[in-house]
Amino acid sequence: MSSVVDLDIRTVERFLYREARLADEHRYEEWEALWTDDALYWVPAGSDDADPMTRMSVVHDNRNRIATRIKQFRTGRRHSQIPASRLRRVVSNVEVLDEAVGEDVVVEANFVLVESRERGTHVWAGRCTYRLRLVDGELRMSYKKVALVDNARVLPTMSFLI
Amino acid sequence: MTHADTRARYDELVQPERVHGSLYTSPEVFADELARIWYSTWVYVGHVSEVAKPNDYVRKAIGPQDVIMSRSADGEVHLLLNRCAHRGNLVCEAAAGNSSSFRCAYHGWTYRNSGELVGYPFHQGYGGRGKLDLGLGRVPRVAVHQGFVFGSFAPDGPSLAEHLGDAAGEIDRLVRLSPEGEIELTAGWLQHRARANWKLLAENETDGYHPQFVHASIFSVAESGIGALYGEKSSAVTRAFGHGHSENDLRPEFRRLGAPLGWFGTTEERMPGYVAAMRAAHGEAAQEILVEGAPHVMIFPNLFIAEIQMFTIQPLAHDVTVQHVTAVQLKGAPEMNRRMLQQCVGSVGPAGLLLADDTEMYERNQVGLGELRPEWVDVRRGSHREHVDERGHTVGGATDETAMRGFWAHYRELMTR
Repeated sequence: MSSVVDLDIRTVERFLYREARLADEHRYEEWEALWTDDALYWVPAGSDDADPMTRMSVVHDNRNRIATRIKQFRTGRRHSQIPASRLRRVVSNVEVLDEAVGEDVVVEANFVLVESRERGTHVWAGRCTYRLRLVDGELRMSYKKVALVDNARVLPTMSFLI
Repeated sequence: MTHADTRARYDELVQPERVHGSLYTSPEVFADELARIWYSTWVYVGHVSEVAKPNDYVRKAIGPQDVIMSRSADGEVHLLLNRCAHRGNLVCEAAAGNSSSFRCAYHGWTYRNSGELVGYPFHQGYGGRGKLDLGLGRVPRVAVHQGFVFGSFAPDGPSLAEHLGDAAGEIDRLVRLSPEGEIELTAGWLQHRARANWKLLAENETDGYHPQFVHASIFSVAESGIGALYGEKSSAVTRAFGHGHSENDLRPEFRRLGAPLGWFGTTEERMPGYVAAMRAAHGEAAQEILVEGAPHVMIFPNLFIAEIQMFTIQPLAHDVTVQHVTAVQLKGAPEMNRRMLQQCVGSVGPAGLLLADDTEMYERNQVGLGELRPEWVDVRRGSHREHVDERGHTVGGATDETAMRGFWAHYRELMTR
């Protein structure tokens, strides 16, 4: 099945880099605005493809819960992000997959993210799957799955936007 | 130090209304705790639903000790030490699976999933076939209450029923929320590391003083009614059951509300299948069960049931603890289970809207306690207004440190034995 939207790789990369930068810099409203109304933000636990309807996930947010997560940061009392983690991630190995979900283009990319907090520095890494869609001429994401390389192991607190 | 010396030391370090900070920060104290608590008393290990079928197994732990929970073909549940009797290699690498035997990769020794040695290569080196009587080490005592499997490394001592005391009734309250009278732990586990002492987690589980402060951010944006349950005006109570167990008993508030499933933030209309199944199963008693809801109970030293969530606390070092958490699933209640899972995922684990902030507190506590100036930690809150209820348990207000004092009284008993 070919995509209804024809996106060149540079356009896709620009979107992914911007999404990464907004998350790294805790620019919550701008990050939230990247989502479509039917959003799903998923970080599986235990394996990359554990069924989120019957198995625990680290994050499994619909659009409403993404909004709640953002509002919680904005209260100024989300203690696990006070002070906010210092973050920088590298996004690479970007591939536009030869498949589509409805009108969405499916894209995958690897990431390596360094988090610095008082407890120490932690390296997070994994592969993300995005579904991207053109909405009123702007690129949006309807789906972001973050398959952490260590999702079956013990994790420290991860209360930032990954 | 001799045993008598350390007994005197713990007598001094644990006082009725204050405890010494070194109890959280000393590697020597942690070593004593492993011996006198984790490898002596009853410790929750797993649930029978995690090894539902014959030959199922799952890797678990008692403190830092790797334990295999297996179900043999005859249906019996075993707690085996994950260590080859020959040279100590792991015999089970996978987190879970189904097998009638475990085979050590190092020299090919093979054990039945009930622990007996069934074979070893080149048997002439041991004087011939069948000459060795080495088996896998096992947790000497295994006991099950309502499907909850506990193990004790002490070959003798109080029975599980004696250890649980009236806290067993709280587990019973949980399982009766299932129309079939059983819970299942089938959703897998989140594993969340805290750079903090395990006792900070255990104390916090039934500390009704912190929620309005630590969780103010989520209570305010999610318009949750939970915060009010832990207020100065709440009719909820904190109860110490003895043996270190404690609960936040929220039933007075839910009874006042009088709404079935109000405890779960939903209504009968939204869960029609579940409510019908409960009324069919329990008759008139269903109304009370649906109004009173699930327990919020900490079973010493490592099992915490927080309504729809189940936690186990695993200490790895004096300053490293893993909190394992899963959603409770009620047998015969699919519509409840879907919602319980999604609520649980939102709340707990490394990114949880609630628990990430608790863990932040544990870690900050650990840093502050390491300073040891001042040396003592205060646990006196509400001691002047406690009373003893008709079952002989100490009861304090919703925000009082009654549970903590109960925890420490039992801790002192175990550490000075």
